[in-house]
Amino acid sequence: MPAHLRTIAGVSGDVQLDVPAPVTQRSILDALEARYPALQGTIRDHVTQERRAFVRFFACQEDLSHESPDAPLPDAVASGAEPFLIVGAIAGG
Amino acid sequence: MSKVRVLVGTRKGAFILESDGKRHKWDVSGPHFAGWELYHLKGSPADPNRLYASQSSGWFGQMIQRSNDGGKTWEAMDNKFVYDGVPGTHQWYDGKPHPWEFKRVWHLEPSLTDPDKVYAGVEDAALFHSTDGGKSWQELAGLREHGTGPRWQPGAGGMCLHTILLDPSNHSRIYIAISAAGAFRSDDAGVTWKAINQGLRSEYIPDPTAEVGHCVHRIAQHKSRPNTLFMQKHWDVLRSDNAGDLWKEVNGNLPDDAGKRGFGFVIDVHAHEPETIYVVPIKSDSQHFPHDGKLRVYRSKTGGNEWEPMTKGLPQQDCYVNVLRDAMAIDSLDSCGVYFGTTGGQVYASADAGDNWAPIVRDLPAVLSVEVQTLA
Repeated sequence: MPAHLRTIAGVSGDVQLDVPAPVTQRSILDALEARYPALQGTIRDHVTQERRAFVRFFACQEDLSHESPDAPLPDAVASGAEPFLIVGAIAGG
Repeated sequence: MSKVRVLVGTRKGAFILESDGKRHKWDVSGPHFAGWELYHLKGSPADPNRLYASQSSGWFGQMIQRSNDGGKTWEAMDNKFVYDGVPGTHQWYDGKPHPWEFKRVWHLEPSLTDPDKVYAGVEDAALFHSTDGGKSWQELAGLREHGTGPRWQPGAGGMCLHTILLDPSNHSRIYIAISAAGAFRSDDAGVTWKAINQGLRSEYIPDPTAEVGHCVHRIAQHKSRPNTLFMQKHWDVLRSDNAGDLWKEVNGNLPDDAGKRGFGFVIDVHAHEPETIYVVPIKSDSQHFPHDGKLRVYRSKTGGNEWEPMTKGLPQQDCYVNVLRDAMAIDSLDSCGVYFGTTGGQVYASADAGDNWAPIVRDLPAVLSVEVQTLA
């Protein structure tokens, strides 16, 4: 997660989550927000649940930001071999 | 001895300044929430160690922070601001209907009596409140739905509800102001509302005396005369002596600006003299810096019309900062202190009601808001 979100969540480094199958963007974010409620609304909109415009989702060297939030993520992410990256977009420079 | 705590919101974090009652030496803490925009911080009059802060970011949206120890530690509170029902539309810049969309909290106004009760003015314009110390928020939808909402239109800074005044003598009375809709009053604790813009004249809208559409920048009130209000509008400084039912211009001898007078953002009232008011004239509606490169606070001891420039200690050449609408505050010591922050990152203070000024901190990020607490 970006540094600002780690600060809000009170964590350092990566976060490990147990997510039931099928592992999707939505199920990961649901699990993340359940553990760290202060993150609600910071990654996706409270009402629409859509990804905030300047937040991106990467995994396995792919930009998955525009994939369906309910699409299964790569097996390597589901198995924990690869991280699911929540990235603050480079903007405003 | 009394202490003073100044809460400063900036583009890149919050800063807290503390001094004793002499107000000569200041301790600065911060940045709190480094890298985030802090549109506003304010302390509860009922519990000065209870602070609320609006923290926002173009990346990660809105956060509300609360402190119970005067800003030493903070706790993230609920950040869910959801309009009541189907919010409908307001006017967009092109005059077309545009759906109401929450963007950020501009202003937090704690209750005068209950530390757990706080109001939030948001963009797109609406009024929310919390009765559990920020753990949950509910819209007071009677404002947005009172009838003129579909005609409200954003100003250059967005369609923000930026001013909330709680009447100290009548807990059912609330005033708010919206850019660019105007001023509104509730006499039933926020359930129903009426526009209070009679007497305002705005040449930049098709009907200069319309019921709504006026770009009100700020309203101020003295607690001893709650029916008297002072307004800094896009152009013009005005006053009302009947709770906003009728306004009259009090620009007087404020600096001439190509035939107009009275542009600025801040306005505030002396702590002990209800007819002494302060503004910072700003050049035109597009340049947004002081006249002639001279940063001057104008003070009127007659409730407007007769103004004197306060210059001692303020830069009088090559100064091109702005002073934004929430960036002036007054402490309640005797004599009262006056504080304002600039987009250049300075916070200036006067410990003698405006006669003499000095920066109490400088080189901060652009200052968005300044509040002051007078502590026993």
